[in-house]
Amino acid sequence: MKYEAPVGKTIFDDAKIVGKSTRRIDGPLKTSGMAPYAYERHDVASGQVYGYIVGSAIAKGRIASMDLEEARSAPGVLAVIAATETDPLGSSNFNTAPLFGGPEITHYHQAIACVVAETFEQARAAAALIRTTYDRDEGEYSLSRTVEQAASDTSKIVSENVVRNGDFESAFAAAAVQIDQTYTTPDESHAMMEPFATIAAWEGDKLTLWTSNQMIAWGRAAMASILRMPKENIRLDSPYLGGGFGGKLWVRVDAVLAALAAKAAGRPVKIMMQRALTYNNATHRHATIQRVRIGADKNGKIAAIAHECWSGNLTGGMDENGAAQTRALYAGPDNLTASYLTELDLPEANAMRAPGEAPGHLAIEVAMDELAEQLGMDPIELRILNEPETLPSNPSIKFSDRHLVECLRVGAESFGWANRKSRPGTVREGRWMVGMGVAAGYRGALIMKSGARVSIDARGKISVETDMTDIGTGSYTIIAQTAAECMGVALEDVSVDLGDSRSPVSAGSGGQWGAASSTAGVYAACVELRRMVTEKFGYDPETASFADGMVRDANVVRALSEAGPLSAEDTMTYGDFQKEYDMGTYASHFAEVAVDAYTGEVRIRRMLAVCDAGRILNPLTARSQVIGAMVMAAGAALTEELAVDKRFGFFVNHDMAGYEVPVHADIGQQSVIFLDTLDGVIAPLKAKGVGELGICGPGAAIANAIYNATGVRVRDYPITVDKLIAEMPDVA
Amino acid sequence: MSDWNLSVTRRGLLTSSAAVLSIAPAIRARAASQSSAGATTLPVTFEVNGQERMLRLDPRTTLLDALREHLKLTGTKKGCDHGQCGACTVIVNGERINSCLSLAVQHAGDQVTTIEGLGTPDDLHPLQEAFIEHDGYQCGYCTPGQICSAVAMLGEIERGIPSHVTGDLSKAVSATNMEVRERMSGNICRCGAYSNIAAAIADVAEG
Ligand code: FES
Ligand code: FES
Repeated sequence: MKYEAPVGKTIFDDAKIVGKSTRRIDGPLKTSGMAPYAYERHDVASGQVYGYIVGSAIAKGRIASMDLEEARSAPGVLAVIAATETDPLGSSNFNTAPLFGGPEITHYHQAIACVVAETFEQARAAAALIRTTYDRDEGEYSLSRTVEQAASDTSKIVSENVVRNGDFESAFAAAAVQIDQTYTTPDESHAMMEPFATIAAWEGDKLTLWTSNQMIAWGRAAMASILRMPKENIRLDSPYLGGGFGGKLWVRVDAVLAALAAKAAGRPVKIMMQRALTYNNATHRHATIQRVRIGADKNGKIAAIAHECWSGNLTGGMDENGAAQTRALYAGPDNLTASYLTELDLPEANAMRAPGEAPGHLAIEVAMDELAEQLGMDPIELRILNEPETLPSNPSIKFSDRHLVECLRVGAESFGWANRKSRPGTVREGRWMVGMGVAAGYRGALIMKSGARVSIDARGKISVETDMTDIGTGSYTIIAQTAAECMGVALEDVSVDLGDSRSPVSAGSGGQWGAASSTAGVYAACVELRRMVTEKFGYDPETASFADGMVRDANVVRALSEAGPLSAEDTMTYGDFQKEYDMGTYASHFAEVAVDAYTGEVRIRRMLAVCDAGRILNPLTARSQVIGAMVMAAGAALTEELAVDKRFGFFVNHDMAGYEVPVHADIGQQSVIFLDTLDGVIAPLKAKGVGELGICGPGAAIANAIYNATGVRVRDYPITVDKLIAEMPDVA
Repeated sequence: MSDWNLSVTRRGLLTSSAAVLSIAPAIRARAASQSSAGATTLPVTFEVNGQERMLRLDPRTTLLDALREHLKLTGTKKGCDHGQCGACTVIVNGERINSCLSLAVQHAGDQVTTIEGLGTPDDLHPLQEAFIEHDGYQCGYCTPGQICSAVAMLGEIERGIPSHVTGDLSKAVSATNMEVRERMSGNICRCGAYSNIAAAIADVAEG
């Protein structure tokens, strides 16, 4: 089915199930420990043995020698696969850094060997017996240095993405009020709770991977090109993932090594990448340096706005476009948004939850706060005054459905914004300095083609099969809701099978496109199935209705079960009409913090997000997406930073104690309000994603609240005590 | 020290000095043996979810891997294997522990309760129910650890054990939001379900 034009009224506008708060259908399995994650599939492939990964101890250079003999003769060892004995594997479009093979080292903790043994303990012990020597090359590990060099040597910029309208420089120079500030954000880790894990088994030339992967079809294609085998001979199965956040968009070396090791050992092999390897072996979010310049008149009307972002990556890698949201957020006829990439020899930087926009908001939304203060204006009113009519970076593009102003107004009312004191450092409660902050949020609403198969059995039960994944997003439940609504059955009568590459190819989970795209694909398959049912019953497909397990047409009615078994498959695709629109999701984010006047410790007291993201398919799980993203944003604002060793080129704090994500005690009261909006441009369900919208803005709201509380503006994230305390006012 | 001269490797003993102390009686009491794969194994018997389980294990096997790999009780999760995340939390003799941080052979005679022992999909523990009701999870990977931790944590509050945020040590401790958040902070949830987890725990704590 092709979505060719915005829809009018649909069955979802009178929905009984879609749009209602619904408990997760996978909840009983997850809470009782019965949901099977990748490494836990004792039920598949008998005779599984254990693989243990060895990572490179240098960041750049080559392996000079590897002594594998002791490991090979260690108790229980079945096979040792070494980079020096393996030709470089094929590449895929999905990885910059080579995953395995050959002596060249391109980043720290790159996999150089895998030991397979009967038990985990034996594999681990034997791995420690491998002796490796290296020829180490010098590398470039400092983003600030490459960016400094790029100022005089443009060849240091390996790619750029620049959008200009009008003449920013002249308009900025002429502006009555100017802001020109630079912000930095550090490298960050996805740090999902389930490490990368795979069980691999061969049957002849057919390979099955039970793995933890967000994008099944991409993963299958990548494995085919890495192992240089036909993708028809590869199956991926990933029904449950312990989080991904972009880190599992691509197959990682656990899958590759499990496949190689299973072949070498002649046994199914299971590998969970050791937690300590995940930070340097796999991908991370790029650090950024961002310069924001805004020129406005005395009333706050923005004339010129520029947001430039610099990041670094391995040769051939992508950038972190922190300027992306600034193309859509504020009116300003003369504008410039740009992302520049330099080369670094750190591990591969790649997509992490709201790539570009998540760190981008930490700059632009603080700059707006700084501008408001300079103007003596309320920061919410400043944003509302500069609400654009059409896309600022390309004024011929309309917004599909945008309610950012309403987000700000509703949020201000609900949060008690009127109580905020605009002069910083003026609210004191005992030892605590208290402040409030606000930020706007924008994240593009992407939509991807997505397919599904929907079947009715002889009892009238519905089953849905698609290679869509549920990474904690609630896909199981919204897909069941969609199928139940379309086929007129109860939610309990729908079963959903996800993550298997034998099922129709879906949009997968990424870029917050999953919910809107996968449900549209299920809808397409349901429309086809309904047509087949009416054909079988001799009903008019236009007038037949499906409800309560029955199908009605004029004066006749039959049970849906009488149509079973019957199965339909379809894929939703999208017409070019969407190119005329900027499809986005919008939010206002609020935070109240208390800062200890003596120690500089920051406590988040309250957070609020007001979201405009079209139809909310399941308010219960959508809210969880948003509060979870707010938690991750709090981490980015206050604690998360991969510390770079600039001499040896690696992330030092590569474990869960050193890389500090928020814990229970770090998070205060959280509220989420969803505006009741519908976006008919994006898809038939008129829904958009929220999982990334939720991380776009809360960090800036926290930073602005800290400034409001203390009068200290920290522009280098995370805002840790050491950066705050030096600037804090003296304690009387 | 002659008893130590079994085939326990020096590397194994160095894993943790605390482990060395408590491991001693178990090793003295029982003979080690070689498995077909050449591994040294020791017998250990403990109770898991009310059932006596007897295993022969490589003494380097953690309680976590004994549960997940040998007893195939995979509800208990491995997030870090280093005592840093709480995903592996189980209840041993009424106390919550990180099962990745203790060796299985330390647990001879112990009573271990895992998520599977708290409830099943058809017969859920009230806290499991509350997690579903409040959506106290997303990916679900930290969830068994959160639930086991919360069950034991409520017991700690009931027994009057204070925490870092307990204000008045002379009064009874109660399961306030801050007490719960403080005491649950060893269980990381990268999906960020903390507020919903706190709501689920509050529901059960209030009865
Ligand atoms: S796996 Fe034990 S604390 Fe993380
Ligand atoms: S639910 Fe995913 S880590 Fe907690």
